[in-house]
Amino acid sequence: MTESLDPRTLLDALFVLVLAAFVGYEVVSKVPTMLHTPLMSGANAVHGVIVVGAMLVAATADDPLRIILALLGVFLGTVNVVGGFVVTDRMLEMFRKRPGDR
Amino acid sequence: MSTLEIVTFLVYLVASVTFVFALKFLASPRTARTGNLLGAAGMTLVVVWTLITTDGMLQHWWILLAAGGIGAVIGVLGARRVPMTAMPQMVAIFNGAGGGAAAVVAMSEFLLAVNGRPSSDLLPVVPMIATLAGAVIGSVSLTGSIIAFGKLQGNIPARPVTIPGQNLVATVVLGGLLVMAVLLAVVTNSVALFLAYVIVALVAGVLIVMPIGGADMPVVISLLNSYTGIAVGATGFVIGNYALLIAGTLVGASGAILTQLMCRAMNRSLMNVLFGAFGTGGGVTAAGPAGEQTVRETSAEDAAVLMAYGKKVIIVPGYGMAVAQAQGPVRELMDLLIAKGVDVEFAIHPVAGRMPGHMNVLLAEANVPYDRLKEMDEINSEFAEADVALVIGANDVTNPSARTDEGSPIYGMPILNVDQAQNVVVLKRSMASGFAGIANPLYSEPQTAMLFGDAKASVQALVAGVKEA
Repeated sequence: MTESLDPRTLLDALFVLVLAAFVGYEVVSKVPTMLHTPLMSGANAVHGVIVVGAMLVAATADDPLRIILALLGVFLGTVNVVGGFVVTDRMLEMFRKRPGDR
Repeated sequence: MSTLEIVTFLVYLVASVTFVFALKFLASPRTARTGNLLGAAGMTLVVVWTLITTDGMLQHWWILLAAGGIGAVIGVLGARRVPMTAMPQMVAIFNGAGGGAAAVVAMSEFLLAVNGRPSSDLLPVVPMIATLAGAVIGSVSLTGSIIAFGKLQGNIPARPVTIPGQNLVATVVLGGLLVMAVLLAVVTNSVALFLAYVIVALVAGVLIVMPIGGADMPVVISLLNSYTGIAVGATGFVIGNYALLIAGTLVGASGAILTQLMCRAMNRSLMNVLFGAFGTGGGVTAAGPAGEQTVRETSAEDAAVLMAYGKKVIIVPGYGMAVAQAQGPVRELMDLLIAKGVDVEFAIHPVAGRMPGHMNVLLAEANVPYDRLKEMDEINSEFAEADVALVIGANDVTNPSARTDEGSPIYGMPILNVDQAQNVVVLKRSMASGFAGIANPLYSEPQTAMLFGDAKASVQALVAGVKEA
């Protein structure tokens, strides 16, 4: 939290946050129904980037409580990111097959 | 700023661009798979870069190896082994894990920041609000996703579950969260209060999802997915990490839109999905016991003849097809009927199965050509010309009370006009009601015939029947 105390840094982050929200809104505004589930699953994998946050906790984990939190965070984050991308790919694999190329 | 910090920023920028393109590509069938791979590549870049450049990372290698190793194995096995029918719950669990991770990171940042400070020496309010947001939303997403998983998996009753005094309890819990957040932000940075805050948030996740019926779980999962995105974004704000900030916010926003799209496909408002069971005391109840209906039963041979000598057959797949893994025999049935000169099409309701797109995935797996799959709006006018509508384990999406019965919990949901076909053959395991827990008057219509049994066995019997005919 110490890095983000400077008002200028906070304002920069706020800018990025608001603009990212608009990009997220625009990017998926037209989606065919059959892709709703894969898109949700892919977005689910993207927020798996939280694993990076958990890794940063791990890098400074020196007391038992923070070590436990780091273990938990890295574990949960990895499940999210790895499982998320793999399960999305598996869903989309089904769409790739065309009749006749079995 | 050191060179390393500058390069790190640029790495985050590249990864953020891949995430934006990943979402964009995922919105179109042609590019979807590339999009997912692109997102995975960007993710790998950020993770590897963080791993090799962060001070202290290598000294804590055992944490990463143990927790990351187990997490990766579980993630891959879960994603690879899960049957196609259980995909939705898998997404819910992965999402819950992400929410939990966001809450853990937020909590850890808080503990680090207050370490050695008297609790009256307050942390700056803006980062503190973001920390609280990350912790509360991540926690709600964690337990909410677990309940959603349980409802879809059948460990928890799929019907809306309400407790006595539901409204009061919900108000107290949500009000309590708000009060605690204000106290933590501007009065005291007490660690004990923060932990209590997280625990109440975990309870809130359960309370929010329990009263929602199983049929609405896809919408709930999508909403919780958006929540996790917001929690990750807030956490990124706290630790000043732009990769988390951008990726989390992107998913938070796109997830919210996707949730809206799903609601629209069911002609429901999000408020109706979330709070439908609130205020009713006992929750939505079944319109009547399904067992009392009188229905006509048919044999596979009769149904096969009906289809083989018809001009047009519309197949309506549902969750029953998915459970029985009947898509292969269904494709065979389609081939045989086409060979006999019958026009065969598939009517895909937007929420057939338990997730939008569920049926498309299964039928594509069985190599049914895309152009035979028709969306609801496209095919609804064609039912009147169909000689046979073959309903394979679909129930609520064919229920005419959605059109006529204002008291029905699914009133107003657009349905497939199956009841307009000359003949309706319903493949069903038993007379048990559908996921929404309500009776289906379609089954007692005069043109409807029921063929009871496992969907796969029934379709195979139909295939044999059509060969004979």
